[in-house]
Amino acid sequence: MKLPALLAHGWRRISGIGEAELVPQARLSGPMPWVIAIMVALTVIASAAGLALRNTAQAAAAELEGGITVQIVEASPEARRAQAQASVEKLREMAGVVSIRLVPEEEVDTLIEPWLGSGGETASDADIPVPALIDVRLDGTVTPGSLAETQAALAEVAPAARIDAQSTWLEPVFDAIESLQWLAIALIVLLTMALAAAVLLAARTALGTNRDTIEIVHLLGGTDTQIARVFQRSIGVDAAGGGAVGMVLAVVVILFLGRRFAGLGAGMVDQGALGWADWLLLALVPVAAVVLATVTARLTVMHTLRKML
Amino acid sequence: MNQAAEGEIVHFDNVGLRYGTDREVLSDLSFTLYPGSFYFLTGASGAGKTSLLKLLYLALRPSRGMVRMFGADAITLPREQMPALRRRIGVVFQDFRLVQHLSAFDNVALPLRVAGMAERDIEKPVSDMLEWVGLADRMGARPATLSGGEQQRVAIARAVIGRPEMLVADEPTGNVDPDMAVKLLRLFEALNRLGTTVVVATHDVHLLKKVPDSLIMRLDKGRLSDPTGALRYPPRRPAGLTADLP
Repeated sequence: MKLPALLAHGWRRISGIGEAELVPQARLSGPMPWVIAIMVALTVIASAAGLALRNTAQAAAAELEGGITVQIVEASPEARRAQAQASVEKLREMAGVVSIRLVPEEEVDTLIEPWLGSGGETASDADIPVPALIDVRLDGTVTPGSLAETQAALAEVAPAARIDAQSTWLEPVFDAIESLQWLAIALIVLLTMALAAAVLLAARTALGTNRDTIEIVHLLGGTDTQIARVFQRSIGVDAAGGGAVGMVLAVVVILFLGRRFAGLGAGMVDQGALGWADWLLLALVPVAAVVLATVTARLTVMHTLRKML
Repeated sequence: MNQAAEGEIVHFDNVGLRYGTDREVLSDLSFTLYPGSFYFLTGASGAGKTSLLKLLYLALRPSRGMVRMFGADAITLPREQMPALRRRIGVVFQDFRLVQHLSAFDNVALPLRVAGMAERDIEKPVSDMLEWVGLADRMGARPATLSGGEQQRVAIARAVIGRPEMLVADEPTGNVDPDMAVKLLRLFEALNRLGTTVVVATHDVHLLKKVPDSLIMRLDKGRLSDPTGALRYPPRRPAGLTADLP
């Protein structure tokens, strides 16, 4: 036997692709790996966005669920300071209070500086009645009951006190985050369906192109499973290559966006950073794409072959 | 099992075949093929030879009648059991039907690979077979680079490599020179002596004389005649014959 044939046989032995030669190993179609790469990249990015939003929501919820804010809405600075101090003392006596922090007037000034500008005297001392703020952490989640109880306790010492659960302020934000998470899930589902449809069309085209060969193999006693396995293997290789490229592309995009968001310095956004478990989950996307493509190709080929005698 | 079923390899009973809603191309075929027999299928062009061969190599199911192959009812046989039945049949197609992207070696190796034979066991028999049909130096050639005669020899090698129980050949000597035609016929005879039932469709009346023990099936407008009575009363073959196959 000549050298090329010997080499071919040697390779077949090493790779175990003897069966793959039943039908041509032409890839299902030229652009198929790139279609898979794009689908995988978009799915990974959508998944990363969904996971980051989930992390943000979870971190914010954990931080805010035991938090209440006491505002002393009193025009007179002296009375406001007195009621704030009295409130702090009263809160110290209450059970279930983990921490109390009277927000310094300078910090309040800093907070409102973008709107009111800076001046020689603090806003609290000026004519503008800026409320005094007390940040309180309760042991456990704030409930309407615990809120009413605190309100009642402070009413005696600080009639100008208003109490809010911190989580209620961010409720619309949580709702928006939840909507975005659903949007990410919907995108993933749509991309999965589009990938399956693309594979189905490519498999049908490949079957049509190789119909003569498939008929010969059938007449020589080849089984549907043998032929389907060849197509599965072919698209599996396509999907693995496309998936790897798509994953690399998506990682580059995610890291780039991560840096940009980190540059904002906003606490809530920082908390959305992806953990190692998230990255592991994202790494499963190309694997899932390979499985999906392989299963879709197999089902398509088996369905078409069943129409033959 | 009735008397005819004993030792039969193929049994057709009142078989008819039509394509779509056209008239029947084969009508009322009733015959039995016995193991180890050599049959020539003759008839004018359009008589239905290729259609009958397609029924024999299970590419088609008849429109009516009963077909039994190797003791199994080929009409009601579950689809998943068809490949095992097909592997017992070697086919030489009229248009060769070689796989164009495979080399001559891989085309001949195809039935063995389909049957799941290990690669280490494939190389020698395939090489020997190609050498026997005179293509030892063309093993790596693709069909497109082979002449008509060479392609035909590859097709024949592919059909017999798996030592089938029945060999069905559609005009197998149509594209080869007389010397090669005789050589190929000797190969079929050798296979036949080993017990393979051979069915050869041919126009060539000279070929019939070259296999003295052969039986003739004549098709005329889709109907089968039995000019020698051999289909009804097949002669018994002596046992213990040997052959020199590659």
